[in-house]
Amino acid sequence: MVQLTLPKNSQPKKGKTWPKPSGDKVREFHIYRYDPDSGENPRIDTYFVDLDDCGPMVLDALLYIKDKIDPTLTLRRSCREGICGSCAMNIGGLNTLACTKGIDEFKGAINVYPLPHMPVVKDLVPDLTNFYAQHRSIKPWLQTKTPEPRTEWLQAREDREKLDGLYECILCACCSASCPSYWWNGDRYLGPAVLLQAYRWLIDSRDEATGERLDDLEDPFRLYRCHTIMNCANTCPKGLNPAKAIGEIKKMMVERAV
Amino acid sequence: MAEPNRPLSPHILIYKEEITMVMSIMHRITGVGLYAGTALVVWWLAAAAMGDGAFAVAQGFFGHWFGKLILIGYTWALFHHLLGGLRHFVWDLGKGYGPERYTMAWATIGGSVVLTGIVWLFLI
Repeated sequence: MVQLTLPKNSQPKKGKTWPKPSGDKVREFHIYRYDPDSGENPRIDTYFVDLDDCGPMVLDALLYIKDKIDPTLTLRRSCREGICGSCAMNIGGLNTLACTKGIDEFKGAINVYPLPHMPVVKDLVPDLTNFYAQHRSIKPWLQTKTPEPRTEWLQAREDREKLDGLYECILCACCSASCPSYWWNGDRYLGPAVLLQAYRWLIDSRDEATGERLDDLEDPFRLYRCHTIMNCANTCPKGLNPAKAIGEIKKMMVERAV
Repeated sequence: MAEPNRPLSPHILIYKEEITMVMSIMHRITGVGLYAGTALVVWWLAAAAMGDGAFAVAQGFFGHWFGKLILIGYTWALFHHLLGGLRHFVWDLGKGYGPERYTMAWATIGGSVVLTGIVWLFLI
């Protein structure tokens, strides 16, 4: 349901301003904080990062804060090279990976929030349980009926190429958390990331459950809550296009009906 | 969920206004606006059918500057929704998902203003 304002317990309050380091190149960060143990509302803390003493990426700045200013700042991160998807968050108003987003891509103070419209576990860590359950629901694995071959399931070169722009998805949830339809109907709408994965299996030449997969998607909510708002394609840190994948699924629905 | 008291992270109020998202919202708003505009058309036609007196009242309203303002708004909403509809048509053909999506979004708002201007400056 469309709810533009946040529930009472979720409205961020003004937080603490942490000491400013000396130096010529100091950048201001406004960071969303939520401590589940305090029982208090989330707050926005202000930090200052000395860019001469810090790596170039937003993730570097967050780790600078955690190491040198405030060790309680909580975030997920792992690979620091845009392949694990752990550090997905809202930076400067758009969802992206902190590790591949340069500090120099922003002017002035940088706002850092957790992925939008998600239950917050702590600080920048959202609860992605529903997102993962939805991914599981589309059966993201090869389904076949013919007996297994002795060797691999073979695929023509041009069939393999159909998976380009799809297999690169790292399931960071940036796109789903950018989608207003997913914000309002995330309990029933699968969202761009999961639908891109659904399409990835629909067009895999080796998969033999295309009909069943389409049956599962043919639903006013699961697929058709996509209104081509395009936030997903605009925000994907891997440059993929979930909106196009969803459009292709809608086309497959029409093609099998006419 | 296991932890029902978890706060909801901020969403629309902190998300950057992307032109494609704004055009999607405008498509909804103009769509709703068209209901109101169409009601005005019905009033005008019904007044014409009812007789001179009723028609004069309707004409008086639409001739007034405030009535004209509403009609200009209706014209704009109509063009905006029309161009937005064409955009959806292109998407339904499986095209227009690439970088051209930004051009199409700007063309929707620009085109609707230009077409409204043409109608009101040259045709009326």
